[in-house]
Amino acid sequence: MTGINWTELVIFAALFVVVAGLGFVASRWRRPASMHHLDEWGLGGRSFGGWVTWFLIGGDLYTAYTFVAVPALLYAAGGYGFFALPYTVITYPIVFLVLIRLWSVSHRHGFVTPADFVRARFGSPTLALLVAITGIVATMPYIALQLIGIEVVLKTIGLTGDSFLTRHLPLIIAFGILAAYTYQSGLRAPALIAFVKDALIYLVIIVAVLYIPYQLGGWGAVFDAADKKFTAAAATGKKVSFLIAGGNQLQYVSLAFGSALAVFLYPHSVTGVLASRNRDVIKRNMAALPAYSLLLGLIALLGFMAIAASAHGVGPLTFDGKPDNNTIVPVLFDRMFPSWFAGIAFAAIGIGALVPAAIMSIAAANLFTRNIYVEYLAKDASHADQARVSKLASLVVKVGALLVIVLIDPQFSIDLQLIGGVLILQTLPAVALGLFTRWFHRAGLIAGWIAGLSAGLAMLYTIPNPATNHLHFGSSAFKLSTLGLPWDIPIYAGFLAVAVNLLVTVIGTVIARAAKVPDGVDATVSSDYFADEGDPKVR
Amino acid sequence: MADDPPPRPAERTDRSPWNWLLLVAIIPPLLTFLYDDREPRLFGFPRFYWMQLAFIGVGVVCTAVVYRMTKRKP
Repeated sequence: MTGINWTELVIFAALFVVVAGLGFVASRWRRPASMHHLDEWGLGGRSFGGWVTWFLIGGDLYTAYTFVAVPALLYAAGGYGFFALPYTVITYPIVFLVLIRLWSVSHRHGFVTPADFVRARFGSPTLALLVAITGIVATMPYIALQLIGIEVVLKTIGLTGDSFLTRHLPLIIAFGILAAYTYQSGLRAPALIAFVKDALIYLVIIVAVLYIPYQLGGWGAVFDAADKKFTAAAATGKKVSFLIAGGNQLQYVSLAFGSALAVFLYPHSVTGVLASRNRDVIKRNMAALPAYSLLLGLIALLGFMAIAASAHGVGPLTFDGKPDNNTIVPVLFDRMFPSWFAGIAFAAIGIGALVPAAIMSIAAANLFTRNIYVEYLAKDASHADQARVSKLASLVVKVGALLVIVLIDPQFSIDLQLIGGVLILQTLPAVALGLFTRWFHRAGLIAGWIAGLSAGLAMLYTIPNPATNHLHFGSSAFKLSTLGLPWDIPIYAGFLAVAVNLLVTVIGTVIARAAKVPDGVDATVSSDYFADEGDPKVR
Repeated sequence: MADDPPPRPAERTDRSPWNWLLLVAIIPPLLTFLYDDREPRLFGFPRFYWMQLAFIGVGVVCTAVVYRMTKRKP
């Protein structure tokens, strides 16, 4: 056991306890008549207004892993890592007109998950099951990554041990508490905690972007240090660049665009959207959520501050002889801030992991309950049954994510997360395009899903990662030359995969119609997509 | 737009010419030639970094205008 920084640990732990208390109290916040309904436990009563939604979705999308991994990517690879900024800038205008339709039709029909919508729209429980499984599989590693966010903070504080137990116990305790209050309070817990999380994050980042560059000689000096590092490294043949490395522009843009399409297909994003009170709340939030993108851009640049601060002893911590770049932001805070403020900063990252982890586990649990349990196991489950099953499922999901981190190499969850993004994109035709058109045939959509998924996995499988000596699933940058094309430039594999998916969906639809394959019945009508708060519900 | 046609009840739509403004927010961040360079610098930030941060402002303004102009009358 190397030295524990007790000041940091005490402040981190104290804030963590406060937040856990809030999590339990949250079940009484905007108290419903009964918690025994999935609308209450899983969607917070579908009643959140503009502010709560802003904090909730912001706390949901900008995760601890973002705060840790994006700057780590800028630190190691340079300007390429900045793709996260255009990604989070364009996603809101892209989904602006999509989410209001999703909200309306879900409000009318009482949908809780994106798979609920697919089932009703295309009359296909099978397609809904595929969408649900895709959502669950894509979400699990995402939750695991939140744990990595907490873990790097604990490591930097000095809570690392040699034995299995001392190394993982703090993480297990933290996650146990999270699981308990999510079980108790449902979506109200992360919604309430998101206020604390965001207040802490905004505070820490505003201080960081003023105080740290000031100590390092200003922003100009920070960028110059990064420029010098990457230009020198690129000269030795390393694939890094201060801007976008030559030929990587297509990858940069397709990754930003593909990620922007994917983010609101994730079940936890949909949960945040459906929990809002009306269409107006969603539209207003699409204009207001980019405030978080500004935060993200500044957080990303912490990676460059870490480069400029190498003279202050800032560098990634090393475990088992390998430097862990994900520790770079916590180490930067540890070296540049006084211990008490570093403690607050660590709490911000740690609590920043709890909010999305809670929402993700709720969303995955809702998918299981609605689209697997009720659909296939207990057709006549009451609302109370559904809420009870979802609560239990949320525990299972969290234990699963914890096991992934504790028992398997964390690199594995990073690979899985990469795959998850490509997977969730394959629900785009059914979920997103399905909101606008009923032209697709359910058989075509299923064929497209299979084709897109296979293509995506096959592409990712061919991509090595020289840095970690992994032969497969090394990154999402697929070289077009692999297909025998004359261009030796990379593109985001998910983007190609969803193109394959769409193509097969269209061809499959035409064939299915020509062969008179029976199509599902659309349970929705055109006016459902414009319904608003106060409009009558179906049933 | 002085003489708006009287609103037809029950017929709802999200269609509006203002929606095209969303494309103004979406397209520039995807055009790397606009920003993939160091110069000119702004407050020490190379163009690559300040311009992409500036696109946040463009996005907020466009989305906010679309929201205001397409708001349903209560």
